[in-house]
Amino acid sequence: MNELTTVVDWSRLQFALTAIYHWLFVPLTLGLSVIVAIMESIYLKTKSEKWLRATKFWMTLFGINFAIGVATGLILEFEFGTNWSNYSWFVGDIFGAPLAIEGLLAFFMESTFVAVMFFGWKKVGPKFHLASTWLTAIGASISALWILVANAWMQYPVGMEFDPAQMRNVMDDFWALFSGIAVNKFFHAVFSGWALAGVFVIGVSSWFLFKKRNRDFAIRSIKVGAWFGLTGMLLTMYTGDGSAVEVTKHQPMKLAAMEGLYHGHEGQSLAAVAILNPDKDWNNDEDEYLFEIAIPHGLSILGRHDFNAFIPGIKDIINGVDINAEGDTINTVSYPERIEMGRKAQNALKLYGEAYAAGDSAAMASSLKELRENYRFFGYGYFDSVDEAIPPVGLTFTMFRVMVILGSYFLLFFIVVLILVYRTTIFEKAKWLQIIAMVSVPFMWICSQAGWAVAEVGRQPWTVQDLLPTKAAISAIPASSVIVTFWIFAALFTILLIAEVSIMVRQINKESKQNLEIDKA
Amino acid sequence: MTLEYLQNYWWLLISVLGGILVFLLFVQGGQSMLLTAASDQRRNLIVNSMGSKWELTFTTLVVFGGAMFASFPLFYSTSFGGAYWLWILILFSFVIQAVSYEYRRKKGNIYGTKTYDIFLFINGCVGCILLGVAVSMFFFGAEFTVERGNLVNGSSPVISRWAPTHGFEAIFNWKNLILGVAVLFLARTQACLYMINNIKDDPEFAKALRAKALINGGIFLVFFLWFLAMLLTATGYTVTSDGFRTVSVTETPFKYFHNLISEWWGLILLLLGVVGVLYGWLKSCFSSKYAKGIWFTGIGTFLVVMVLFWLAGYNDTAFYPSLEDPMSSLTIRNASSSEFTLKTMSYVSIIVPFVVAYIAYVWHSMDRKKLTPQDLEKADHKY
Repeated sequence: MNELTTVVDWSRLQFALTAIYHWLFVPLTLGLSVIVAIMESIYLKTKSEKWLRATKFWMTLFGINFAIGVATGLILEFEFGTNWSNYSWFVGDIFGAPLAIEGLLAFFMESTFVAVMFFGWKKVGPKFHLASTWLTAIGASISALWILVANAWMQYPVGMEFDPAQMRNVMDDFWALFSGIAVNKFFHAVFSGWALAGVFVIGVSSWFLFKKRNRDFAIRSIKVGAWFGLTGMLLTMYTGDGSAVEVTKHQPMKLAAMEGLYHGHEGQSLAAVAILNPDKDWNNDEDEYLFEIAIPHGLSILGRHDFNAFIPGIKDIINGVDINAEGDTINTVSYPERIEMGRKAQNALKLYGEAYAAGDSAAMASSLKELRENYRFFGYGYFDSVDEAIPPVGLTFTMFRVMVILGSYFLLFFIVVLILVYRTTIFEKAKWLQIIAMVSVPFMWICSQAGWAVAEVGRQPWTVQDLLPTKAAISAIPASSVIVTFWIFAALFTILLIAEVSIMVRQINKESKQNLEIDKA
Repeated sequence: MTLEYLQNYWWLLISVLGGILVFLLFVQGGQSMLLTAASDQRRNLIVNSMGSKWELTFTTLVVFGGAMFASFPLFYSTSFGGAYWLWILILFSFVIQAVSYEYRRKKGNIYGTKTYDIFLFINGCVGCILLGVAVSMFFFGAEFTVERGNLVNGSSPVISRWAPTHGFEAIFNWKNLILGVAVLFLARTQACLYMINNIKDDPEFAKALRAKALINGGIFLVFFLWFLAMLLTATGYTVTSDGFRTVSVTETPFKYFHNLISEWWGLILLLLGVVGVLYGWLKSCFSSKYAKGIWFTGIGTFLVVMVLFWLAGYNDTAFYPSLEDPMSSLTIRNASSSEFTLKTMSYVSIIVPFVVAYIAYVWHSMDRKKLTPQDLEKADHKY
């Protein structure tokens, strides 16, 4: 493994590590902040002390989680510079804007009003306090909006053109950043946070019931959590469906990797349960699966909402069979041709740079023409072979199934909980149900992480789809430095996560022993 | 709006953010006093006084980074990817800060209150010094080159390259450290003044804070004047540009002194800032009843830092001089975003006064009731 490959892989690992840890905390922040705001609203309306206690209890857990989410988020933002400096230059003109707007519109809102939320109970009026709690929740979602707009742009780069004189992409349409992918991605991520917070509230409250502590508080919280979670899960599924359609249009290779599909068909089935054949490669004739239970026409319905639509596989796409933005099957440029065009674009850019420096306008014009003709496949010029242009199929395929299966389970979970929680005696006595609710909590996190793995591993080998592969996006730093910082952050995040979980558990245990049923109303 | 106007406007916003950030570093200054606090109660008072403001400092740092990324991406790309260890250590110190307030006195925090206080102390010292080092490079430069053509060099496509020590050379450069130390002692001085304003019912602590402010402010003054003397006698780069392209770079003796003289409004603001810092500091030290020094010192700090950024970036100056290849030096012309992006971001920046207004309103509402030792026991949420 040469130095460049090592730096790329360790930088990738470091970013993945940071993103995984960050996403342990953010979805709970997104969901729990809204739950807390809802509870405080009920408190202000009813003036019932029991709702105040519930608000403060969940707010404390929110605070423990919030701090570590903020910490990991800081690293993520700056890692674009520290580890992906070429990326920061190549697309910084577009990508930097949402990040700056996020800070200005969302972070200040969150950080200002979260202080009121925690410390303002006796310093500001009740309405101002409630407004602060809502503004904290809204700030968290606005923050997610801009980050997800930026992330969606990496999957589907629009609203820019390449400026050869500066050797970078420049924005020419800000509103284009709010593409279908961005909109779906934002709602999908935020609503999945709602579902996650719902499971968390139900799980923690079930433990109260299991220990026979604060029964009414627990039932009340489960009702809020279940309705909130069910709403979140239904909307997550709806937006997930929208995301699948967008991926089919704009990232067909990712969809093919999600399915482990090499040869596509009309009325393409979906492998509900399957084992991938490890010997399968795009250029051999091995079977795709060792074992498969398929849903007939499933992938066509999922990707194009059409029973008989054609879905291309990895080999089809490499050979130039694709789907255009309107969803039509087309014969387009094969991957070997893309690599050739990418090299032509890069060579033209090099010649343009030389002509620009020499002031040779004729040479500039001809190289610019060549560059424009080939630029859409600029990034392919970095590849030595088509194999490099295929995402990791096994991981993408597996994570997609983990996400879908667990997501379906949680839909059922919320429905069952909702039915039973209104028959409180059943919920109270059914220890098995309480245990299931508690055990389900970590699986919701696995589901959420799996979703991100599909999105980001499936995007590989690109940082910016078709334009900049991961291996060309890096900083010129020694692999040894990245290896050291990877382990530093791995150790630090783990140490802090252990502390966070421990504090949460102690806090829940401590609070459960208090009387949370006081009602002075 | 022309490109040049937009570049100037965004450098102004960066300067404003830089000024606010250095003012808000009083939080770090307070943290740097934790390990020498006279008692646990005093330590808790410091933490709870700083605790309602730490997120504001943290957020300002994040926004400063985001604004740099959006408006001057070549700086973001060159500095962060180059001075890797400098930035990683800064980030590390802020990560351990972010959790420490919330976790330090919570049951089950595993590592004990002392550990989190040490984390806060590390952030207080390391954060201030290294941020000072990072800013100092805006004047005294760094060893890097930028070659955009490398983008199409398949085997090594990175456009900027840095000295092999990747930031350690900057940390151990004595010139940079002088500003770093000055920032630390300024932050400590401001922390004293903030706590004098924010904490009541503990006259002994207030007295100790006034004494501490005097010593820390004195040390700050020595290092700051040293830095200022070096800066105003330093040789800088004068750069001529054509759009985003650097045409020529000329070494100019006393460059920053010339900048200060030619930007007379900057000179006036700098002097006003210095007077504000000195007035707030000295009056707080010598008047036992005076508690508003933080506002004079804070506004003074903001003005001085803002003008320092102006000296670095305006008047055709390289704001990130390359010691290895002067033509690679970064200016607000060659490092900026496109006209379209700067214009779009400028529309967004209209919201800045609104953001400042709600922060000021919340600050006023929250600080109207001062922190007392009794609050440490009674408050619903405490650190």
